Amino acid sequence: MGEPMNQKDVEAIREEFPILREKVRGKPLVYLDNAATTQKPRQVLEAMQRYYLRDNSNVHRGVHTLSERASKGYEDARAKVARYLNATESEVIFVRGATEGINLIANTFGARFVGSGDEIIVSELEHHSNIVPWQLLCDRVGARLRVIPVRENGDLAFEIYESHFSSRTKLVALTMVSNAIGTVNHVGSFVQVARDHGVPVLLDAAQCAPHFPLDVRALDCDFLTFSGHKIYGPTGIGVLYGKKSVLESLPPFMGGGDMIRSVSFQKTEYGELPYRFEAGTPNIAGAVGLAAALEYVERIGMDRIAAHETLLVSKLVEVLTVVPGVRLVGNPKVRAGVVSFLVGNIHPHDLGTLLDQEGVAIRAGHHCAQPLMQRFRVPGTARASVAIYNTVEEVEALGAAVRSAAEVFR
Amino acid sequence: MSSGEFRELYQQLILDHSRNPRNSRRPEVTNRSADGHNPLCGDRVTVHLVVDDAKGGVIKDIGFEGSGCAISTASASMMTEAVRGKTPEEALRMFEGFRLLVTGHAEATPGLGKLAVFSGVSEYPSRIKCAILVWHALKSAILREEGSVSTEN
Repeated sequence: MGEPMNQKDVEAIREEFPILREKVRGKPLVYLDNAATTQKPRQVLEAMQRYYLRDNSNVHRGVHTLSERASKGYEDARAKVARYLNATESEVIFVRGATEGINLIANTFGARFVGSGDEIIVSELEHHSNIVPWQLLCDRVGARLRVIPVRENGDLAFEIYESHFSSRTKLVALTMVSNAIGTVNHVGSFVQVARDHGVPVLLDAAQCAPHFPLDVRALDCDFLTFSGHKIYGPTGIGVLYGKKSVLESLPPFMGGGDMIRSVSFQKTEYGELPYRFEAGTPNIAGAVGLAAALEYVERIGMDRIAAHETLLVSKLVEVLTVVPGVRLVGNPKVRAGVVSFLVGNIHPHDLGTLLDQEGVAIRAGHHCAQPLMQRFRVPGTARASVAIYNTVEEVEALGAAVRSAAEVFR
Repeated sequence: MSSGEFRELYQQLILDHSRNPRNSRRPEVTNRSADGHNPLCGDRVTVHLVVDDAKGGVIKDIGFEGSGCAISTASASMMTEAVRGKTPEEALRMFEGFRLLVTGHAEATPGLGKLAVFSGVSEYPSRIKCAILVWHALKSAILREEGSVSTEN
């Protein structure tokens, strides 16, 4: 892990995020809702603006100069993502976000390989986006979910995972980092067990991507998906990685332009990878922005980002646990980015509103992980989550605001 | 930070009713009941009425059951006090006034009495549903609507 950033480094980074100068209810914004979405640096905003101001056109069609520029920008972005993930360009499919990535696999892999009586393994930590697409698939074909339970500390029960495998197991769909309580899953061990059983694995990297580097060859996964907006990129763009040999065996997802080789009413031939899975005009500016975001985090260095965030997260745990009445929900062995907590009997929504009055933005609610909330027997939690531009002072401001909120309700 | 600013929304009256909700019970015999549910935050509330149909339909007794945030609990508690002894028609008119109040039209809603303390909710659009959920349930009970009302449809 790299050296933590010093105060000057963080100040320089904050300069690159104009939104951090906003005032909220007359107070300086303290943005600690990064697990929901991160703010965007100038570099990303400018790349997208440059694209719209100078290059905008449709991709892969025109023979004119702007179309060639737009196509180049879009394909350069794909190449950037491929290098970032240690994948090949034909394995990188642009989607709207991790949700679409998972739905794409649930529909295509599901149609080809999952039938009546088959099983898909997910975990109790999953975001709804890695539950509901599989439930829809199960309803369509008569398959069922096997769920890896969560221990009281927020880690997955690995031995129960192992016992879930049978000849009916068709896929493991697992998050790398919990969006709700910050658990970092030791995915290497999970993938290894799946490999031993010959079962493919989809990794939901939506919460992992902002905190750790991703190498799909080292992870040895079949599919991996993440959203651009959680790693300093724009909304509406994300990536689905699929191992080439597996993608080649899958039917198309959506039909339309760009995904075909030839169309006639007698017979339509589908295009090559990855275009077969990218019907319609894609989010070109989004891809350009995402590539700029990946360049941005690479320039800072994922190891330094991780070191800075580790410092902030341990500070978060420290300032919260000294407030009387605060209880952390989940205390995983390895935690990334996120701390979920409750304060006495204060409803998380009241806490969220009280903190907003101090300019502090956190998330309150079920974090699109209702099964996990039911597991912990809570209607929801307050969740603070950090990013590269957060400071120790901001974490302390959260602590002070939580303390005041606790006093209001005492 | 000043707790005075907190109290723009979380005024003492609201905090008091959220800590010690009035009429948080089910009357022994009720003749109108309805549920309200906010799927976004999980708040659930059931309103029970005893309407004395013989005496021109006065709300003789009212109670609520449920759990939720301070705003929704205080709103339920204060609503029960406000509509007790009123006719269903008066209660429904009060609901319209309350709706205007929490959506930022306090000037158009005189005569709400203590309920005026909820005017601060209008500054927090995501919290309007918390304040209004129990009133939807009341309306549903009065109109004897079937099923559960939701803030999301």
